[in-house]
Amino acid sequence: MNLMNANSAVAAEPKIEPQNYRYLCEMVYRESGIVLDESKHYLVEARLTPVARDAGAGDLNALCNLMRAISGRPLRDKVVEAMTTNETLFFRDIKPFDALRQVILPELTAKRRPVQTLRVLSAACSTGQEAYSLAMLWKEMKIPGWDLDILGIDLSDEVLDKARGGRYQQLEVNRGLPAMYLVKYFQRDEAVWQIKSEIRSMARWRKFNLLDDLTPLGTFDLILCRNVLIYFDQPTKSRILGAFRGRLISGGYLFLGASETTLNLDDKFLRRQVASAIAYQKP
Amino acid sequence: MQQALIIDDSKAIRRILGATIRELGFDVAEAGNGREALEELARLPGPVRLILVDWNMPEMNGMEFLLALQGRERHPDTKVMMVTTETAIDQMIKALEAGADEYIMKPFTRDAIVDKLRLLGIVN
Repeated sequence: MNLMNANSAVAAEPKIEPQNYRYLCEMVYRESGIVLDESKHYLVEARLTPVARDAGAGDLNALCNLMRAISGRPLRDKVVEAMTTNETLFFRDIKPFDALRQVILPELTAKRRPVQTLRVLSAACSTGQEAYSLAMLWKEMKIPGWDLDILGIDLSDEVLDKARGGRYQQLEVNRGLPAMYLVKYFQRDEAVWQIKSEIRSMARWRKFNLLDDLTPLGTFDLILCRNVLIYFDQPTKSRILGAFRGRLISGGYLFLGASETTLNLDDKFLRRQVASAIAYQKP
Repeated sequence: MQQALIIDDSKAIRRILGATIRELGFDVAEAGNGREALEELARLPGPVRLILVDWNMPEMNGMEFLLALQGRERHPDTKVMMVTTETAIDQMIKALEAGADEYIMKPFTRDAIVDKLRLLGIVN
């Protein structure tokens, strides 16, 4: 999840009245837990101007008036989706994947021999590159008789549809994906690269808000939630980390983004240096 | 400073790639085709850490360059990435089999180049 890559080419002068900006920030926080402070003016304007246009509102102030006037969810959902839909890439920050291949997945498979299945949660999965990266990595490890069951969750229908379809543009497969995996696990369909069914079948996708009770998702051996917590305030981060801990098996692992930590948020995880990455283990 | 070699018949592409690679701390040499690149490799004093090579070039193309490189002693740390408009999977397989360590399709972004170099262990 990377909210910082939005188009920053917007006017320096805010185009939205302060009370409307506050209204949008409060609504996005209420619905998604994501904190938008005063420094995110450019992001709000870049992301929501197209939504305003599609809704027939002339500008962001008109969009706010429209949202106040109509009580239905669709427009609110579109605003939240626009603010939380994010760019991702294959094998982002390669170090966690090295740690998974070299240490974590072998360790978990030794631990879970009786069930021969590992369950993985890709939280705030966006368009699916993280989940599919892990699926390809697992395929390369060639562990006969084992299944890797990946569940990708996000609160945006749009990104989940894309993840489900497994179809990516050239610019997307150019980023972070080893060429060897591209030729092995993708088919070209004119300008689009379609991930093969042997990889697609390893992942399932579900609309889910991280702020909701995660219990219905079941338990996991591994949770990936990278570059997501940075957008939440401290109490929400603690709450989400606690919820992840509740969903991990004993000895299961959580991976966060390189700039994220459980420190001062949840003291029950064990912080482990694994290869060149940091993993958080449930005792 | 580590050495890189950029091989492309387009001066504009050499300039764009060169700027990114220099930013990453490399000393950059350039060649306009495979033959010039082989001459450059013979001329450069130390090992070349990174070679970025286009496919379609006059005189000696990128594939011919890879094959020529296979017949020579290659430093174990040298990584070769093909940077090309060729997007057919068969072509990619040929390049990888001929010794390319990575492959990126044009058009590319600066970030895509850096991500690939990260995969190759060339940048952190």
